[in-house]
Amino acid sequence: MPIRVNRALVLAFALALVLGVLAAPSRSLAQEAEFAELVATLATGDFAEKTAAIAALTATGDPRVQPMLEAMADRRLYLREEDGLVAIGEDDAEGLRLIDVLTGEEAGIVGSRDVDRIRANNRMRGIIRSALGTMTLMNPDAAVRLEAAETVFRSQDEGALDALEQALAAEADDAVRAAMEKARAAILLGSEDAVLRLEAVEALSSFTDPDIRSMLAALLVQDQDGTFAETDEAVRAAATEALDAIEQRLALWRTAGHIYQGISLGSVLLLAAIGLAITFGVMGVINMAHGEMVMLGAYTTFVVQQLFRDYMPGLFDFSLFVAIPAAFLVAGAAGVAIERGIIRFLYGRPLETLLATWGLSLILQQLVRTVFGPTNREVGAPSWMQGAIETTAGITLTYNRLYIILFCLIVFAGLIMVLRRTPLGLQMRAVTQNRQMAKAMGIRTGRVDALTFGLGSGIAGMAGVALSQIDNVSPNLGQSYIIDSFLVVVFGGVGNLWGTLAGAFSLGIANKLLEPYAGAVLGKILVLVAIILFIQKRPRGLFALKGRAVEA
Amino acid sequence: MTAASRPSGYVPLLMRLDRGGMVLLSVLAAAAIAVPALNLLMPPDSPFHVPTYLVSLWGKYLCFALLAVSVDLVWGYCGILSLGHGAFFALGGYAMGMHLMRQIGDRGVYGDPILPDFMVFLDWDQLPWYWHGFDSFAFAALMVLLVPGTLAFVFGWLAFRSRVTGVYFSIISQAMTYALLLAFFRNDMGFGGNNGLTDFKDILGFDLQADGTRAALFVASAIALAGGYLICRLMVTSKFGRVLMAIRDGESRTRFLGYRVEMYKLLVWTVSAMMAGVAGALYVPQVGIINPGEFSPANSIEIIVWVAVGGRGTLYGAALGGVLVNYGKTYFTGAAPEIWLFLLGGLFIAVTLLLPKGIVGTLSQWWQGRRGFGLRKRARPAVPASEGGAAE
Repeated sequence: MPIRVNRALVLAFALALVLGVLAAPSRSLAQEAEFAELVATLATGDFAEKTAAIAALTATGDPRVQPMLEAMADRRLYLREEDGLVAIGEDDAEGLRLIDVLTGEEAGIVGSRDVDRIRANNRMRGIIRSALGTMTLMNPDAAVRLEAAETVFRSQDEGALDALEQALAAEADDAVRAAMEKARAAILLGSEDAVLRLEAVEALSSFTDPDIRSMLAALLVQDQDGTFAETDEAVRAAATEALDAIEQRLALWRTAGHIYQGISLGSVLLLAAIGLAITFGVMGVINMAHGEMVMLGAYTTFVVQQLFRDYMPGLFDFSLFVAIPAAFLVAGAAGVAIERGIIRFLYGRPLETLLATWGLSLILQQLVRTVFGPTNREVGAPSWMQGAIETTAGITLTYNRLYIILFCLIVFAGLIMVLRRTPLGLQMRAVTQNRQMAKAMGIRTGRVDALTFGLGSGIAGMAGVALSQIDNVSPNLGQSYIIDSFLVVVFGGVGNLWGTLAGAFSLGIANKLLEPYAGAVLGKILVLVAIILFIQKRPRGLFALKGRAVEA
Repeated sequence: MTAASRPSGYVPLLMRLDRGGMVLLSVLAAAAIAVPALNLLMPPDSPFHVPTYLVSLWGKYLCFALLAVSVDLVWGYCGILSLGHGAFFALGGYAMGMHLMRQIGDRGVYGDPILPDFMVFLDWDQLPWYWHGFDSFAFAALMVLLVPGTLAFVFGWLAFRSRVTGVYFSIISQAMTYALLLAFFRNDMGFGGNNGLTDFKDILGFDLQADGTRAALFVASAIALAGGYLICRLMVTSKFGRVLMAIRDGESRTRFLGYRVEMYKLLVWTVSAMMAGVAGALYVPQVGIINPGEFSPANSIEIIVWVAVGGRGTLYGAALGGVLVNYGKTYFTGAAPEIWLFLLGGLFIAVTLLLPKGIVGTLSQWWQGRRGFGLRKRARPAVPASEGGAAE
């Protein structure tokens, strides 16, 4: 960073400095003089004087201090013999390149005999390091201050206490303040005074942080002869209480995290099942090739991204916006073809449809395997989907999951709109309710069947775009979702989109809530068994359609 | 739609056979005698010698045929489409596998006299309780029937009692086998995790690799298939069987007539599961391994295809389908592995679209057409025109 210093000021003091570019004075005269003197002391003083100078320099909060002290700790700070210039030296082919600490400008290249290295023994370096840690606490940038507070919290360096308290008094930002208070309490926890420790424990109890939990737990550790790490009983009691409180809040956060993961899983299930809810629920067709429609969507994403990579690498971030309609069209067209080619001959024979579409799914899988190879295909994530939101309790919400939840809700809303508000939706519902009558009214039922099936398959294709962001794109992609999707539809109640929504989210959340207690596999088994038992209670699912038929 | 002139009351077993059944039993009897004879008595360089691997391969096909017959019993005659029959097959196989594991004794890699290798590997110090008793063949044989039977009974009791039918039943039976698949993949379950049970040495004291044992297993499979076929035939030609078909063609109507539909379904479902278990138990010593892959839902669906290809509702057709499809699978996965899935998938579609009655149904229709209408009305339960259970 170029540091602008008024040339006149520099000259006014006894330290001979290399001339800087004339710039507007940014500091008061007296401050600058003091600063220069401190730098000189740092170079020439004895141990005590140097220590004092470091503390004083740190307190100025001047941005020049940090590189200077860092250089000193690394033994790269030099004093030029001829004029007493203090400068940071950098190794160069011709010798030592000097950079003036006050102006930040280059001060020529010298040989190693022309300069004295400013000495710093180990103890001095320790002082410098802690000074550096605390001085960033005063940095004008809030992010830097936060970082510094975290550093102090981790090091629990008592030397930083004063600076921390100083900074705390001046701090306006709430988040930084909290971090500083946490760091201060962590330091006080190591103090000799039991009252201070008690205060620290109480302060810490309001934070929800796994680190603090282990810190407090350490107080309650007993050694072999039964003495506690913490000698004072009141502090121990407070620590126990604080631990409980933290534990409770952490548990709450964890549960919240599981529910979020559950919603995320539920949205994936919903995306996969929603197309099935149309073909299975509305049309009564068991489409075992539904998973392969999802797979087609994922591979369409892959192809679209390849095209973007080859022809428009700069627009890669927008590739998904092209992939979504493309996947809808590809899978939808495949759906229409399947309906016209196979399924229309099998209406009213759901079990045979199941067999035929299962055969179709084998063919599609093998086809994709032949064309794209059996290995996973790399589908990239656009930059706006990368990253995550971190919460204090150690729970991460990744953006891609958030976007998928959003996408899933949009698709669901869109589908409801299509069914309720468009002529096609009206015709679909008419054909579902009474095919003969719809036909008599002039609706081309065959065409409606094909379009309905295409719509369901197209949505599966869009699900494939979303899944390509979180799962491996391989020929088996669809297989892993088909059973779950069927369960969601059956659990929610066939023919009811809201039931599918409820089914997907309750299965997703139940799965994730069980996982920490039972493990991933056992949790899933438990959910499966629960569904099997549930179906016994309500053979038509959560939200069954009411009707007069004895047999559905 | 079934024969009107069938006598009720006691009918000798052989009189209950249709022509296809007689062919099936004759072929089985001939094979049970000829194959071991050609394998054991002919010198290896003779053109009539049947190599041992073929004996085991065809023994495996016979197990699949028995499995297909058991599925046909519930699907073809009662309209219950099970997408989880592979689970019963696998459970029977595991019961037999556990016995064979115990028979290894201290000949395993780790040489532990009691614990199977995988348990030593997992640092277990004693046998889990459910492994006790499997050192006895009689107990294991009982479990081969009881474990699948009990599971089917409980599952069926829950499902049929609450009238879960058609597609719903299919999907929860698929969920059942899927749950078992996941469970058996777990190492903690004590069934060898994803490696399953393997490295078997001998059965009833006979070396599993020996030609004689292989031939005996082949004969046992043939007898089991014949026996399973006869039991099914007995069931479907009795009054009980006619109620089953009534349930298939109109479940509510049958219920309204006063039959306790769920009891009929439960019985036939449990018997079918036990037969599948026997098929699995005979399958394991012949292929030498059982692993959780047998539980995969895709396997169960494949069984349905065997039945559909052979001809649903004929029993012998199912047996034929089981053998044919698997023979094709062996042939094509060897000759052209990449087109096997195309063929299998195409077979599914072609059979459902073009041959809704399967090979047997289509052939006999063609046969009857040639013989002239009404000349020989065989008493044979036909495939229903509208598919049972889930339709309408």
